[in-house]
Amino acid sequence: MSDERLAPPVIPVADAADAPAPAMAPPIRRIALDGAPTVAPARPAPACDGAAGAGHRAWRVRAAQVPAALVRERMRVESLWLAYGERWVVRDVSLPVRQGEVLALIGASGSGKTTLLRSLNRLTEITAGAARAGSITLDGTDIHELEVTALRRKVSMVFQQPNPFPMSVFDNVAYALAERKDGRGRRRRRTAALERAVEEALRRAGLYDEVGDDLARPALRLSGGQQQRLCIARALAAEPEVLLLDEPCSALDPISTATIEELIVGLRETVAVVIVTHNLQQAQRVADHVAFMHLGELVEYGPAEQVFDRPTMQRTRDYVGGAFG
Amino acid sequence: MSARAEIALAASAAAPTPVRPARQSTASWPLADRLAYLACWITGVGLCVIAAAIVVFMAVKGISYLSLGALTQSPKPSLLQKQSGGFRDPILGTLLITAIGTLLAAPMGVALATWLSEYRRPSWLARTVESALEMVAGTPSVVLALFGLLVFSESFLGFLSQHAENGSVTGSSFLTAGIVMSILAMPLIVASTREALAQLPERLRETSYALGKTRATTIRRVLLPSIRPGIATGVVLGMGRIIGDTAIITIVLGGEANRIEPAGSVPVLGLLRGIGSTLTSYVYYQSPAGEGNSHEKAYAAAFVLLAMVLALNAIATRLSTGRAALPFASR
Repeated sequence: MSDERLAPPVIPVADAADAPAPAMAPPIRRIALDGAPTVAPARPAPACDGAAGAGHRAWRVRAAQVPAALVRERMRVESLWLAYGERWVVRDVSLPVRQGEVLALIGASGSGKTTLLRSLNRLTEITAGAARAGSITLDGTDIHELEVTALRRKVSMVFQQPNPFPMSVFDNVAYALAERKDGRGRRRRRTAALERAVEEALRRAGLYDEVGDDLARPALRLSGGQQQRLCIARALAAEPEVLLLDEPCSALDPISTATIEELIVGLRETVAVVIVTHNLQQAQRVADHVAFMHLGELVEYGPAEQVFDRPTMQRTRDYVGGAFG
Repeated sequence: MSARAEIALAASAAAPTPVRPARQSTASWPLADRLAYLACWITGVGLCVIAAAIVVFMAVKGISYLSLGALTQSPKPSLLQKQSGGFRDPILGTLLITAIGTLLAAPMGVALATWLSEYRRPSWLARTVESALEMVAGTPSVVLALFGLLVFSESFLGFLSQHAENGSVTGSSFLTAGIVMSILAMPLIVASTREALAQLPERLRETSYALGKTRATTIRRVLLPSIRPGIATGVVLGMGRIIGDTAIITIVLGGEANRIEPAGSVPVLGLLRGIGSTLTSYVYYQSPAGEGNSHEKAYAAAFVLLAMVLALNAIATRLSTGRAALPFASR
């Protein structure tokens, strides 16, 4: 038995770099991702703009940025460390989360971006063995001093898989609202105010025109993209200050994805948006600021144009250039 | 032209005739495989034959003796079959016992299953409860019945049951039998509720927490409504178990009393504390095995019993495999 069958052929880094390759092909190299960054071509990342040279901004969803006067900081992450058991999965991350812009967390699997996102509304706490160090503040208050249910109403979350509850469209949205008690401690009934709030949430999520005629239909009967927008409506119903999105489009087709991306960009004026995505092109389309994480560390944080076009860190250049990921 | 390009070209043209793999013949199998396959096949077919025989035999026997009078008349103590009346009281007794047992077992079973699946704290207690549950589930109903009679004969529980003429507590009543029945049915409800809860995706809980809901709210408003079919399946299985049990009826309810005999004149309470019979005990006592000699009535009652259990099983199957049962199956 020869070893050739067991080990795949290895192309040494130098060979790959020297080999004659098509001009625009991304470098395929073996790199030690837990060691020092490798050397990547010192040119702007090819990203996804093809040969057109027009730059990826051609695909940006929005027309312009929100005026700086309207941008204000809602959350601040300060030297945050997060661990599951004995393993630190987020190491010393500091970030601002601002209303008026979309913050994208990018990075390969296992880079800690989802854990960081979940820590923002303390959803990490439901995992046994979760631990943290450092601080996260919401409007100046440490989120661990807030009551967790109150925090999660202010910092709402949408997950990767569309996951409406198995009830009607109306009830899905009303669920996020209905637990508010009236003055006598009784649960609110289906009032005109509740109906208005549900309609408002569905409108903000751009779903009302499609489902408004029959809010009693089962939510699971909607298409995948509609289900995800319903989840966004549900997350918006309690009027959160921050909206967390964990790869909201990874289970959706391109058309639904485009709809949701437009929606995300439209929402940033009224709510601070943080989106985790695997999809660099998506981050380019929607994000104002980008945080690139690698193996738990925040490698680079900055405006989207800078991170994608002029990354200051070699590791970022490798990642957005497609050297690994 | 590459294979990929050819496929693309074919797809753009008219759809080709699909070629499907030919069905494998057992003739190509090794002998041992074929023998094992045959054994499985015979077992399955044999079971079908037995099931069909039971239903056909009981239907032929039962329907020929079944009459409207048998369903609507109370049993009469008589040695003559013609004068022994019908089995209206046993039917009502079955319904009453099933209702009591289910009403007690369902909330307890769902609550216990929810605690075991969603809270499990402290964990040593959860493990102990699981062992206890297994023990109760494995206890023969006749043992449960004896134990129940022992407990309910205690004088401080006398308000639940009938008193003998000398004032001692008999421990026999619809209520006490129903309580014992609920213990019989509860493990089934717990098992199917836990199963359903375990199949709910974790993201359903996370979503609810992420909306600022507490665990209790999540359970009440999201999890339990989502597993309604699972709970219903367990309840129906439990009902079938209660309907079919004989030992608890003959021991705790004192099934020889074919008529329902309320204790006292208070309408509902008297009935609950009263004694009577159910279809199972009626069949037993009217059959040649018991002391009765109205075997025609026994056949007719057995048919009614079988029909009730089959109907419940059909409902359980429908609930557990129907569209509504699997709200998340598509993903």
